[in-house]
Amino acid sequence: MRSPKALAVTLFTVLLAGVFLSPFLRSAMIALSTREQLGQANAPIWPANPATFEYQGREMVIYEVPFDDGTRDLALLRPGRTSSEFIDPADPETVIPWEGSWRALERSWTVAPTWSNFSDVWVLIDYPRVLFNTIALAVIGTIGTVLSCTLVAYGFARFRFPGRGMLFTLLIATIFLPAAVTLIPTYTVFVKLGWVGTWLPILVPAFFANAYDVFLLRQYLMTIPRDLDEAASIDGAGPFRILWSVILPQAWPAVVTVGIFTFVYTWNDFFGPLIYLSTRPDLQPISVALARFNGLYSSNPALIQAGTLMTLILPVLLFIVFQRFFIRGIALTGSGVER
Amino acid sequence: MTAAPPSRPVRMTPLARREARWGYLFILPWVIGFAAFTALPMLATLGFTFTNLTLTQDEPLTFVGIDNYRHLFSDPQMWRSLGVTLRFAVLWLPTVILAPFAVALLLNAKSLRGSRFFRVLFFLPYVVPFVAGVFLWQSMLANDGWVNDVLRFLGLAQPPNWLFDRDWIYPALVVIGIWGIGAGIIINLAGLQGIPAELYDAAQIDGAGWWAQLRNVTIPFMTPIIFYSLVLGIVEVMQYFLVPLVLKSGTGEPGGATLFYNLYLYKNFFTFQNMAYGATLAWFLFVIILAATLALFWSARRWVFYAGER
Repeated sequence: MRSPKALAVTLFTVLLAGVFLSPFLRSAMIALSTREQLGQANAPIWPANPATFEYQGREMVIYEVPFDDGTRDLALLRPGRTSSEFIDPADPETVIPWEGSWRALERSWTVAPTWSNFSDVWVLIDYPRVLFNTIALAVIGTIGTVLSCTLVAYGFARFRFPGRGMLFTLLIATIFLPAAVTLIPTYTVFVKLGWVGTWLPILVPAFFANAYDVFLLRQYLMTIPRDLDEAASIDGAGPFRILWSVILPQAWPAVVTVGIFTFVYTWNDFFGPLIYLSTRPDLQPISVALARFNGLYSSNPALIQAGTLMTLILPVLLFIVFQRFFIRGIALTGSGVER
Repeated sequence: MTAAPPSRPVRMTPLARREARWGYLFILPWVIGFAAFTALPMLATLGFTFTNLTLTQDEPLTFVGIDNYRHLFSDPQMWRSLGVTLRFAVLWLPTVILAPFAVALLLNAKSLRGSRFFRVLFFLPYVVPFVAGVFLWQSMLANDGWVNDVLRFLGLAQPPNWLFDRDWIYPALVVIGIWGIGAGIIINLAGLQGIPAELYDAAQIDGAGWWAQLRNVTIPFMTPIIFYSLVLGIVEVMQYFLVPLVLKSGTGEPGGATLFYNLYLYKNFFTFQNMAYGATLAWFLFVIILAATLALFWSARRWVFYAGER
């Protein structure tokens, strides 16, 4: 009894996952197609070219020609109104007559991925520059976040001080604060400082910790027993030394998780770069560049989808490599729910 | 949320004072950041709402009392945009609670083979940059996209024009949003795995079927997670505007159906450069979110079940 049920449940999950991930497949199909194919009504969904046959210096189009005993792929030799002459590419010597209007026939397609869309996007979007901007922003932002959040989480997890509970609650409360309520003065000050049109408004705040990552790190630090810190403290180690040589060697999975999360988050960030770098396309990261690219080439879906895949490929690869950290990190953030 | 136990103000020993000093030193980055990027800007935003401040400041800056608020409550576009946001929220909130829960139930099913592998697959879109996600779905939901291809194949002659129809745009936006439920699935799955197995055994002995077990064991244990998803869901949905911003270039098309509250707010600031009114919209949004969150926390006593409590 268990086996048919297992099969049904598993099959259903495969189907659901297939539907869920189908946008990737569609995007890849479009990104590998020519613009001509996408413009044709009866073109197949996979990347293809209309099949042709060259014979005696003449290029002939191949059609799907129906006969009583089945459909054959034949090259059109002599088109006619009511009957036409075809040849079989496998045996070009024999002329095959066919009754009917050749215009009603479907063209035959051969599988032909068009890789040039990707190289076109590479040039048009200035991919190397955009990639450099994205990686630079993500790396600096990640360093700032990991540094500041580790220090702050260590402070909350290991030291008693008046107002600690209140301050921690305040930190968590910032999660519920709509960004708009701080944006207008912040933006205005950045304009006054001359920071708009530079990376500073995006990078500087990263060095001042954020609620999510402090929470995650603190949760993890609370699970590490204090015995070793106390032993190190008795041996005369100061708080920085204890953090570096006692806590971090044990907390590294959480630190790596915060690092990867921040990297992907910064990679995907859109609104900050949009408002602070709108005048400087040469400094924009990939999300903003892709949106701008979409505005310019929206009539060419093959290019848009190729650009879209080039935007998402790195975070997806990163996730596949580090999926354990992602999933544990999310579960750890969610663990704050239990209490 | 876990908060540190409140520390009482007692007379501190020199050792405790030293410890406290170190504590303050370590949290200093956040304290500075909180003051500079949260507390002061919030107060400044509040201050702006009582002035006629604009980015270019063509008129002399003056104190205008509650004029901005009077304008706010009589601004038909503000109400329309709030309506757009609420209409979307009514559709989005049940989905963002139920969909991750349902997928987590499926992934947690004993009869499913390869659960870990599927967990990775369902999480995957969470890491896709949302701009890329929007373009993937724009193509899927186009009139010649796969969604409508399937609907036509199923016999629907006139499938909806998802992205250009005033009514169908909301389900379309929900579908685009649903793609990123990976984190919700993981959190729900962790919650399901934390339910003691004995409870299911006991329920089975009592003759409870699948549905009775779900109602009487699973759902009560999952209420903390439902609560958490609901709070974060409300905070997020009230601020929702980025997907329509990219999808419709911020035009609010079709027919104002995507002119969400937050989009209207940002248009007032960035396009019309009316900082005072933008700030007023921002504070009103803050008050709405605060009220909704507090109401939810207050209601939690009645329906959220914490396993440790009796």
